[in-house]
Amino acid sequence: MFVPYLLDGWIVATLVALASGFAGFFVVLRRESFAAHALPMAAFPGAAAAVLFGVAQIYGLVAAALLGVGLLLWLKRGQRNDAATALALVALLALGALFLSLSGRYADAVYALLFGQVFAVGPGDIAPAVALGVLVPLAVLAGFRPLLLSALAPELASVRGANCGWVDALFLLLLALAAALALPVTGALLVFSLMTGPAGAACVLLRSPKAALALSVGLALALIWSALALSYATGWPAGFFTGALAAVLYLAARMWRRARRARPSPGWA
Amino acid sequence: MFEGFWTSQVVWNALLIGGAAAVLSGCIGVFTVLRGQSFAGHALADVSSAGGALSLLLGINPMLGFFGLGLLGALGLSGRRQGDGDLAAGILLGAGLGLTALLLHFAISLRNSTGAAAVVMFGSLFSAPPGAGALALGSALAGVVLLGVIHRPLLLSSLDAGLAAVRGVNIRLVAGVFLVLLALAVTLSAMAVGAILSTALLIGPAAAALRLTRRPGLACALAAGLGVFCAWGGVALAYASYGFTPGRVWPVSFFIVALVFCTYAAASLRRA
Repeated sequence: MFVPYLLDGWIVATLVALASGFAGFFVVLRRESFAAHALPMAAFPGAAAAVLFGVAQIYGLVAAALLGVGLLLWLKRGQRNDAATALALVALLALGALFLSLSGRYADAVYALLFGQVFAVGPGDIAPAVALGVLVPLAVLAGFRPLLLSALAPELASVRGANCGWVDALFLLLLALAAALALPVTGALLVFSLMTGPAGAACVLLRSPKAALALSVGLALALIWSALALSYATGWPAGFFTGALAAVLYLAARMWRRARRARPSPGWA
Repeated sequence: MFEGFWTSQVVWNALLIGGAAAVLSGCIGVFTVLRGQSFAGHALADVSSAGGALSLLLGINPMLGFFGLGLLGALGLSGRRQGDGDLAAGILLGAGLGLTALLLHFAISLRNSTGAAAVVMFGSLFSAPPGAGALALGSALAGVVLLGVIHRPLLLSSLDAGLAAVRGVNIRLVAGVFLVLLALAVTLSAMAVGAILSTALLIGPAAAALRLTRRPGLACALAAGLGVFCAWGGVALAYASYGFTPGRVWPVSFFIVALVFCTYAAASLRRA
């Protein structure tokens, strides 16, 4: 399981889980599930364009994720936020489908980009993964207080002088970078599970924000490692285990809390 | 560019499925947007993709697979309590997509159908089975009739649940029937543009129509019309795209979704 050619996959997956655990905590707290689902879709056409033009995937991913943030911020200014998000999401997916179709590698690339191919990760992916895998957690920690305040009490945050618009943009940016990093590992569709499953479970279980953040990261690491090990053992896709384990994790946390009803609910989860 | 367009059996089938999906999705979409359930609709579509994959694996009619899993997803969504936010829908969506990944993996490796992922997720209107057009048209009609039956209590409970309860509307029943209709709309759209793009036909024309008018009935008609325009325009453009890049047809789904997006953008300019 830890043979050299798979080692790169394990390292990148670990970094992905780190970034997703940190970013996912605020996804759950800020109730931005839909944005978290949409941003990896924004990275998808970037990866597809990289296939079409033959450049390194990570550049396409990051560039497209940044474009996605811009699009999302622009659409969010209007009313009916969630309808606009839904449309941005499908428009980007369709664009990716077009790129893949034109590249002539439609059939095999669609599956890899949507559902991930962690064991196809190579040594060249390590450097950008390390950069993003360190940058995202650091940025979350640096912006922890304004992010938390604007998530829990937006009015209070603006009174205290935090610029909510900038905090929003920063948050989406972090989300986009985490998504771009995670896409080759879990695929565009299941990045989202890695972000929301562990973080959702952590927020259900713990009241203190810092403890919940730590638990969220820990669970994300446990999740991706189990998914990889199970995938290796069965030969089934890692994406399946990611999605299924994330759901199991969240349900188990909910049932645990229900079983211990005496404890008051944290209110923000 | 358009030689043989009107005489092609494949094109007619595509026009039928696309039109049927657009009409039902447009009408249902208006209520979905009004109820703020865009994400639920999208989650349902993602879960139903597992049904598409299953039907490829078993070799049954894809509509059956999409609808079956769509119903299961609707059941899962209706079980959640108010105030859960989007998180429960999101987790459900992730589990559904994970299952899709597994089933597609089996479909690709066991049945040797390399294009399985592209077909289920992004659709292939031009390679739909020949009888699918009539079936889609029938289910769309049934869906529109059912929506007509429940439209008054549905509208009331969408806009003001408290008032609806006072007026004696069974809110849970109405919400349940609506989720079944949503599953049907998602199924037809998934046949037309693929499971993960079906949200385009569901939300796009409806959101555009609601920008243009505030009257729900008119919005339904407008959304259906805009949806049909996008679907048929997409089919025509894809047919014509054979001439853009010699020998290769661009994906129909891309054109349909692009037209939907342009329609929505144009409609939102109107009342900026």
